[in-house]
Amino acid sequence: MQAFLHQVLSGFATGGIYASVALALVMIYQSTHHVNFAQGEMATFSTYMAWKMITIGFPYWVAFLLTLLFAFVLGVAIERIIVRPFYKAPVLSVIAVFIGLLLIINSLSGALFDYTIKPFPSPFPSDAWYGGPYLSPHEVGMIFVTFVMLALIFVFFRFTPLGLAMRAAAENPVSSRLCGVRVGWMLALGWGLAGLIGAVAGMMTAPVIYLDPYMMFSVLLYGFAGALLGGIDNPWGAVLGGFIVGVLQNIAGAYLVGTELMVTVALVIIIGILVIKPSGLFGRPIVTRV
Amino acid sequence: MTAILETRGLSAAYGPTRVLQSIDLSVPERGIVTLLGANGAGKTTTLRALCNMMVRVSGEIRFEGRRIDGKATEDIVRLGIGHVPDGRGTLVSLSVEENLRLGAYTRRDARVAQDFELVYGYFPRLKERRRQQAGTLSGGEQQMLAISRALMLRPKLLLLDEPSFGLAPLVVQEIFRILRTINEQEGMSMLLVEQNANIALELANEAYLLETGRIMLSGPAATIGSDESVRRAYLGY
Repeated sequence: MQAFLHQVLSGFATGGIYASVALALVMIYQSTHHVNFAQGEMATFSTYMAWKMITIGFPYWVAFLLTLLFAFVLGVAIERIIVRPFYKAPVLSVIAVFIGLLLIINSLSGALFDYTIKPFPSPFPSDAWYGGPYLSPHEVGMIFVTFVMLALIFVFFRFTPLGLAMRAAAENPVSSRLCGVRVGWMLALGWGLAGLIGAVAGMMTAPVIYLDPYMMFSVLLYGFAGALLGGIDNPWGAVLGGFIVGVLQNIAGAYLVGTELMVTVALVIIIGILVIKPSGLFGRPIVTRV
Repeated sequence: MTAILETRGLSAAYGPTRVLQSIDLSVPERGIVTLLGANGAGKTTTLRALCNMMVRVSGEIRFEGRRIDGKATEDIVRLGIGHVPDGRGTLVSLSVEENLRLGAYTRRDARVAQDFELVYGYFPRLKERRRQQAGTLSGGEQQMLAISRALMLRPKLLLLDEPSFGLAPLVVQEIFRILRTINEQEGMSMLLVEQNANIALELANEAYLLETGRIMLSGPAATIGSDESVRRAYLGY
């Protein structure tokens, strides 16, 4: 029983990472109906920036905040410069652009920081009082950071004029323009925020799985599974989906399939959802009149 | 009377299809002008062209004497042109109050709170439903919301695209009565596109008649209303 509880709770901790990635994917999907395959690589690259800053002597939290800023600017720049010209392009071209981005950023991480696996520090000391029999201090800290971030994002979207404008721009660009909202910039801001969320996920997960250019590959897969499970058009559903996937993955890894087949769990979830309930648990089915 | 809005040789096209052919029209300050015409005459396109939205535009558009043609939609709106679009443009997943807050998005002045009360005063039903998701409102309420959202911008000129469309006659009368009040109390100029010529001519001071993208007739609303051919074609008597 104790072992089971441990699996559930630590699944909850990794689930927070998947939830963050799922939220980042959904934010971009909602406004443009594109799934950003490069989301994970952007996060990895940002995590490398944090690693570099920490290595040359920046205090952890300073490096953390600077990395958030960097990830935000990176997201905005990628949207403005690379993605924007393709908004009216056919969906296959857009997919090609995203795969290209994935490969470019991945190679850039490798070229700049080489492919050796690097340890990444945790800001939460391993003997801290908040560690316990079920969760390590890092896992507790990870859950805490994830929740603070999710809460801030929620407050931002729910209670600020800019958050309102971003929701409106995603839902109805034409009406939003007629209210004076600069819709193009709202999309870029969405990319910036998604980049920032991804960077938090990257920095929180790197101490557990170590830093290398392919670090976020499986995380993106789980995050995508979480987003589909919760409903790709519903941000809070996707967050919940991410947590569910984290717990399921851990339990399946411990009791059903073993660690070797853990990534398969994500794929099984993705295919299962697409077959049984394509709109996800909390998503709305799309009905089109023809 | 000086014109708040003036167009010269305004043409518009969807892709290769030309819809408007060299339109000259002007809206006087504090005046209400209506644009009448059959389906497909180019009424909605005229309003879209004024806001540089969804159409390719050529020609000259002046708002308060300054050229606005070629500007981005959101910049035109920020100059003080409110647009109540075709199909109401409700942001369905937002609440009624959030729709109104979005209408005031560009404003930083302290009178926003006051304007909420003003708008709720015109349309008490919106106040009752302010926490409700806007998509659950009835057609008439969504039209009221669309007008209110545009009013929250505190525009100098209000463009209205068929506010009577699909609504019960009583609701239409209520909405037009309120439009008249707003015009009289706030001095807001209006350009009203309508299929319901009777009620539009009652509200407006001046009228233009649009046929297949050209202006066929223009003049004081009363004169247009008594024109034999207009009466036969658009008023049904």
